[in-house]
Amino acid sequence: MNDILLRHREIANLDQLPFYRQQKGFEAFQRAVTSMQPDEVTEIVKASGLRGRGGAGFPTGMKWSFIDKKNWPHYVTANADESEPGTFKDREIMESNPFQFLEGVMLCAYAIGANAAYIYLRGEFWQLAAELDNHIEYLERENLLGEKLFGTEYDLRLYTHLGAGAYICGEETALLESLEGKLGQPRLRPPFPPSFGLYGKPTVVNNVETLTNVPLIVERGAEWFRTFGTEKSPGTKVFSLCGNVEKPGNYELPLGTTFRELIYTHGGGIPGGRKIKAIMPAGASSSLIVADDKALDTPMDYESVPSVGAMLGSASVIVIDESVSMDWLVNKTMHFFQHESCGKCTPCREGTYWMRHLTERIHRGGANWNDVILLNEVATSIKGKCLCALGDFSTEAVTSSIERFRSDFEAKTQPAPLDLAAKVNA
Amino acid sequence: MNALRERYGEEIVQVLAKYPADQKRSAVMPLLYIAQREHGYVTREQLDQIGEILGISSTDVASIVGFYTLYHDEPAGKYRIQVCNDLPCALRGADEFLESLCQRLQVKPGETTADGLVTVEAVMCLAACHRAPMFQVQSRTEISYHEDQTVDSAMLLVQGWRQENGK
Repeated sequence: MNDILLRHREIANLDQLPFYRQQKGFEAFQRAVTSMQPDEVTEIVKASGLRGRGGAGFPTGMKWSFIDKKNWPHYVTANADESEPGTFKDREIMESNPFQFLEGVMLCAYAIGANAAYIYLRGEFWQLAAELDNHIEYLERENLLGEKLFGTEYDLRLYTHLGAGAYICGEETALLESLEGKLGQPRLRPPFPPSFGLYGKPTVVNNVETLTNVPLIVERGAEWFRTFGTEKSPGTKVFSLCGNVEKPGNYELPLGTTFRELIYTHGGGIPGGRKIKAIMPAGASSSLIVADDKALDTPMDYESVPSVGAMLGSASVIVIDESVSMDWLVNKTMHFFQHESCGKCTPCREGTYWMRHLTERIHRGGANWNDVILLNEVATSIKGKCLCALGDFSTEAVTSSIERFRSDFEAKTQPAPLDLAAKVNA
Repeated sequence: MNALRERYGEEIVQVLAKYPADQKRSAVMPLLYIAQREHGYVTREQLDQIGEILGISSTDVASIVGFYTLYHDEPAGKYRIQVCNDLPCALRGADEFLESLCQRLQVKPGETTADGLVTVEAVMCLAACHRAPMFQVQSRTEISYHEDQTVDSAMLLVQGWRQENGK
């Protein structure tokens, strides 16, 4: 099923404006601007139960309703910085269903009274940004963007802004700093962006996939949207499936679909008849779940995934088979997080550096068990002590794999020297 | 004299128009991409020129160059092959791909080929995990994606560049 976000797979040429308009494209935006109050749009989104698809799962309509109406102007910023290892959904949406995404940005702008919206794309999406610029120009020529839209007093401009290679800019306050021309480092919160965002003005930051849901919600109604997914996690989700799996790719499925259905029915199972070992449901930031029957039969929604010890996050599902040893895996994720730590908070900046050294030593076979204990201690010391989630994310694979795949680390290390072990255990 | 403004004046005006008039600093990232078109990296003079256009210090501009991986402050090959070997790509053979590609080009990751044309780099996730091995090519003027690659397909690309550049 590609009912909402990946409709381009069913509808030919949806990436071209005339074809998108044939599918009632921009009717929701026109209706909103000409015959709805901004708050009415927010109310529909609230009623739909749409939750942020970037990772945190925060209710979208509620975020919009937090916008400070005493401080102007307001801004919308679309987060197209997609950088989590394992995530590649926003790119497909923007490449193949761009107008639905842009209409979502525009509806959000109208709902919060913004006259300007910025689309912050990771620098690697250079070609994509050029295409979006062309689409935006086209919309201006068609009078769907610009001044006095549809004869009303409402003006709206859209702009793309390219980042330049920094995972941290996917964090919403780091993204805003970057857009202001500064280092992409997170801000202390509160205040949150709906009261103090871009240039210190009220701002909504939403993920590409979140915004792309909005046009059909406004067009077809909240009740229609709630026919997909679960009560607390309505709608569909684009699951990015990759790793040790036959058919990696994006799959749009209702929230609440099981891991088993995604990996085996859609993804074709594990190559070479090997056995599945672990799942990372939220990319490299994820805890490792032991892929037993209980986990495989768990529904992938925001409430259920924590019951097997992980988060759904952006639903970038990395499949790990039995050929992979966890000492190798955590060395990979630590390499990533050490590189991407922005350096602002000491626990993350220093902690990722030392964790990386420890995982490297363990992986190369020169470590003893005390190094594993130390690695776990460094990870635990980082958790909850940083301004943004990157610090915590860097520890998830480490602590969960030491806990759940202990034998992999035992096989790679010498036993601890007795005197030291006694001290550590004391 | 500001060489950047002289050469790209009209384009710089367009870039600045995207941001509120009192928030010119926002244009530092697009201006750095423009500057990099000249030599493939940002020179000291260009730091001053961008600082002057935006009313910020050269040090502020340099801090941006240092923070973001797509800006460079040293010369390298005309084409930078940036191979992703993060976890998902590595599960699909990206480490072996990078090693073989380096062997064929007789370089180590981070080095430039003897003809000065190609620099091979290992980079972090490029959001193409399902089509690994993959890399992007950063040239002076653009970034392009190359997915589902083999060492042979990558070498074909390199041969094309060599012919184009008479190497």
